[in-house]
Amino acid sequence: MSDNRIDGYARGLFEIARAEGTIDEVEDELFRFARSYESSDELRNALTDEQIPASRRQAIVEDLLGGKATSTTTQLVSMVIGSGRGRDLPAIVDKLVARASSSKNLELAEVRSAVALTADQQTRLAAALANATGKQVNLKVVVDPSVLGGLVATIGDTVIDGSVRTRIDQLKSRL
Amino acid sequence: MTGFGTLVGRFLSEGDITQTPSKFWPEPYEIIFGSIASLLVFGLLVKFAGPVAKKGMQARTAKIQAEIDAGEQAVAAAEIEAAQIRSAKGDIDGERERLLTQADAQAAAILEEGRSRVAAEVADLEARSVLDIAAAQSRSGDELRAEIARLSTAAVDHVVTGSLDDATHQELIESFISRVGAAK
Repeated sequence: MSDNRIDGYARGLFEIARAEGTIDEVEDELFRFARSYESSDELRNALTDEQIPASRRQAIVEDLLGGKATSTTTQLVSMVIGSGRGRDLPAIVDKLVARASSSKNLELAEVRSAVALTADQQTRLAAALANATGKQVNLKVVVDPSVLGGLVATIGDTVIDGSVRTRIDQLKSRL
Repeated sequence: MTGFGTLVGRFLSEGDITQTPSKFWPEPYEIIFGSIASLLVFGLLVKFAGPVAKKGMQARTAKIQAEIDAGEQAVAAAEIEAAQIRSAKGDIDGERERLLTQADAQAAAILEEGRSRVAAEVADLEARSVLDIAAAQSRSGDELRAEIARLSTAAVDHVVTGSLDDATHQELIESFISRVGAAK
């Protein structure tokens, strides 16, 4: 899909969520769903398989998100999957999150962690990143077991890597 | 009367002619007639048979001389042939010596060349062996280092992932937040 089309979808989803007044929750839920979608081949294959009817794929989405996410999030994902744009869902969501962050004058900060962070840790981490970058950040935490331990924060082009995975890789390189 | 008439008369006057006066000697007239007849026969032989015998002897002499000459010629030819054979034998001996010398020289050259080639091949093999050994040592060293690195990383993975309990995770997260918050 072209960047213009991805931008168009992202803008459309953003406007719908904002109109619904649930932009913060929706962008957070979409972001987490997009990361899960990226990491699961089975889910991605199921939701992009053209042999499966669109209604069936949308039913899968509703089964997955129903009761766990807002209805706006569920409907937006269902719409994207139903229109056959499942392969572009992560890119559309990233654009939407970036747009949402910009609308709030925040810098998107994606943080990968081996374990989930508490609300307090997220608050203090956001403050720490804001202090380090000089910008207010829209913190998005992704639980990624491949990190092994510690955190990896990506803010724009800046990467702050404090993961155990990276340290082990450095040790392997030296060996 | 002549002597001959006397002799005949004497002969006729004898009583028994079948008896000789001597047991060993014939009658004198027999000696006389016998000698005359012998001389006559001898003279005839000399006159008529002598030339034939002489001619035969000359022919025999010539034949013997011819045979002697032929023998001498054969001896001379044999000596010439013997000389040629001796000469040829000398040539053969010389040729044999030359061939033997040449063969010895060729054998020595071949032997020397073979020694040189073998020495070069041995040197080449030694050089290649040294290189192979060095390469094998290097390869073994690399493989050993790679194996040590692989085992080390596996051990590190095992030890680190095994020691990452919840407290360690929290400690790492807090450490990250503190470090990032302190940086500006």
